[in-house]
Amino acid sequence: MTSIPRRDFLHGSAVLGVGVALGSYASARPAGSEPGYVFFDRAEAAFVEAAVDRLIPPEADWPGAREAGVPSYIDRQLAGPYGEGERLYLAGPIRPGMPGQGYQLGLTPAQLYRTSLAAIGEALGQRGLDFAAAPAGEQDAFLTNLERGRLRIADFPSSIFFETLLANTIEGWFADPAYGGNRDMVSWRMVGFPGAYAAYLDLYTRHGLHFTRPPLSMMDAGPHHHGAPADPSPRGTPPARHTHP
Amino acid sequence: MAERRRPVDVVLVGMGLTGAILGRELTQAGLSVVGLERGVWRDTVPDFQSPGMHDELRYAVRQHLHQNPRLETYTARNTDDQEALPIRTLGSFLPGTDVGGAAVHWNGQTWRFLPSDFVAHTHNRERYGAEAVGGDLTVQDFGVTYDELEPFYDRFEYLCGIGGRAGNLNGTIRPGGNPFEGPRRRDYPNPPTAPAYAGALFANAALALGWHPFQVPSANMTAHYTNPEGMTLQPCMICGFCERFGCEHFAKSSPQTIVLPKLMESPNFELRTRAHVTRVLLDRSRSRATGVLYLDLASGREVEQPAEIVILCSFGINNVRHMLLSGIGTPYDPRTGEGTIGRNYTYQTMASVTVFYPETVHTNQFMGAGALGTAIDDFNGDNFDHAGLGFIGGAYVAAYSTGARPIEYHPVPPGTPRWGLAWKRAVRRHYNHAAGLSVHGASMATRGNHLDLDPTYVDAYGQPLLRMTFDFPENDVRMANYITARTTEIARLMGGEIVVPNDRSTPYSIVPYQTTHNTGGAVMGSDPKTSAVNRYLQSWDVPNVFVQGACAFPQNPGYNPTGTVGALAYWSAKAIREQYLKSPGPLVR
Repeated sequence: MTSIPRRDFLHGSAVLGVGVALGSYASARPAGSEPGYVFFDRAEAAFVEAAVDRLIPPEADWPGAREAGVPSYIDRQLAGPYGEGERLYLAGPIRPGMPGQGYQLGLTPAQLYRTSLAAIGEALGQRGLDFAAAPAGEQDAFLTNLERGRLRIADFPSSIFFETLLANTIEGWFADPAYGGNRDMVSWRMVGFPGAYAAYLDLYTRHGLHFTRPPLSMMDAGPHHHGAPADPSPRGTPPARHTHP
Repeated sequence: MAERRRPVDVVLVGMGLTGAILGRELTQAGLSVVGLERGVWRDTVPDFQSPGMHDELRYAVRQHLHQNPRLETYTARNTDDQEALPIRTLGSFLPGTDVGGAAVHWNGQTWRFLPSDFVAHTHNRERYGAEAVGGDLTVQDFGVTYDELEPFYDRFEYLCGIGGRAGNLNGTIRPGGNPFEGPRRRDYPNPPTAPAYAGALFANAALALGWHPFQVPSANMTAHYTNPEGMTLQPCMICGFCERFGCEHFAKSSPQTIVLPKLMESPNFELRTRAHVTRVLLDRSRSRATGVLYLDLASGREVEQPAEIVILCSFGINNVRHMLLSGIGTPYDPRTGEGTIGRNYTYQTMASVTVFYPETVHTNQFMGAGALGTAIDDFNGDNFDHAGLGFIGGAYVAAYSTGARPIEYHPVPPGTPRWGLAWKRAVRRHYNHAAGLSVHGASMATRGNHLDLDPTYVDAYGQPLLRMTFDFPENDVRMANYITARTTEIARLMGGEIVVPNDRSTPYSIVPYQTTHNTGGAVMGSDPKTSAVNRYLQSWDVPNVFVQGACAFPQNPGYNPTGTVGALAYWSAKAIREQYLKSPGPLVR
């Protein structure tokens, strides 16, 4: 956690930020106004915003990852338990391993981003490249170099960071909007995934049905829990009534 | 100094599926039972309720129902000459944790093994010659036969309310069921699922080639059901959030929905959660367990729980680790072939075929359930002639519709870039216009694949991690690729535009999810030199220790393990009740 403590003073606002986002998402942020970042500093955010928009670019009908809020998603993930490696075995010794042995760096995701984004910033500086302002072709070429591990970051190839960034970008793009990405459920609309609303018992045997109902987020679906079924044992709850639309 | 608790008759290590069954059976026999669970309590209400449960990121990707590798994980390598490294983030398999274990987040595909699977060594040797089971293979018989286990399969299927159609009813083959299965005494308790679109497309193509499609036996309810324990379950809503999720609807068999509440009512039973067992305690002879030692994670204190019988009920390979950490039996040594604990670790050999459709074909794979699938068993076990094929064993082939949650499911054809506009457009184009066929293959035991304790890496409590040495045996790669080729023939008749076979790649990687069917390592059998437990799952070395779970499989047939795990739990419980209690000691000499 070498580089995290300098941002500790922001952690309180991280919690607040998520709470605000969860509560206010439905009222939608004005287009183009990014929420404040909790984890990323300005330079890091500039790179991530530009990079995710090349990984999932905007086009005429569908926004890209940036407009969908993916940078905010990643920022919040890194500021939270995921960033701290809540479910990551971190004990040493740290050894490189074979591809089939998976991630072996011993860095938390937050540390991986901080270390990698610093090295990337340095490499961009040496090349005199303003990544965020560069033409798409140059951005793609730089990202391809990262993907192929051509940049050394500390003692590991840049491909490790690239794969994490790509995975997190796809997560933010497709995860429930509750997490800050996938704004307006844009990715779900794009592919036709109906989201958290889910009960297709009466529909799934209508093979080939063109299902067009708009998606619903966890935040839209509303709480409705299922009581225990009628049961002679004293579980104390009445028979369930399913009230799916 | 550990705090010593009042002695009990039985201590259960792990309160998942087998713990719940053993607890129920043994409290009913009048025994006092303590169940120790490293995780926390959880139940359908409030823990599995929507909309929060329908969160792909939290449950499927961040794995909140699964064993946390930061606390306990494994090390892995392909061969003995490599250095094993820790599985730092779970990938190829996902053990459960907390009350209910992996039977909370399982899919519910509930199969029986074939009669010939239980005598795999004898059967294949007799039909194909000694060389078919020779070389590197260490294939063995189970020591229990299908006919012996049939009543216990039946009991488990009625406990779970499995939906299916018998293909072999007392020897009579019935259309619409699996004609290759062993004879069953009565039909399933519930009707089969209706095919989803992908299943129907698959069934038509398979029929055209002369194969025998049927609906996969399902622990997702197909009707309202009250099981023999008096537990009531409700029909599955086909929500598409099943595998890796708990069921909000009381519609998936799990300990919480089929037996655990009855166990909790028993005055003879006490559940202790956040009780992390570190060791089975043995007396000086090392042939008798005196109880277990556990860490009370709430207080940080060490606790000794004395017991007359210790039953290991954790995830299969974690049971193997408990045995190794406790010094029960002799660790397996792949160089000499001696020792039994860690021997015959096997997995499941998965391959697949993807079919991409025109945009006019809406496959709607998001309308799914864990066990919603259409299968053929024509290429499983010894259901087909293996002469000249160069392998034994087989696979079922199934078109599953288990949901299509888009972080993890967004199939694109080969040649699609991994990111960028072309990727985005391909995802959009293909997401709802694709179907997949699973090749669910057997895993044969070999001399080299095994489990032991890692010499370097430890868990959060300071104990050595379990080390897994595994790669797909040549036998199994040949099997998977042969059946993938047959599957591709079917797929080409399914009306798609692009058919993509995904053969079994090697070496084994811990990164992509494959299956949580980790089997073997403490195998059952009739010879204490080649098995860790006898046919009743009783340790040969420490007869008051019983070891439940898929770790008992000498090798893993081409089916999901849970049906057999449940049957073996009832089989073992009956032996404890009717034989062991009368005369505590080895049940097989």
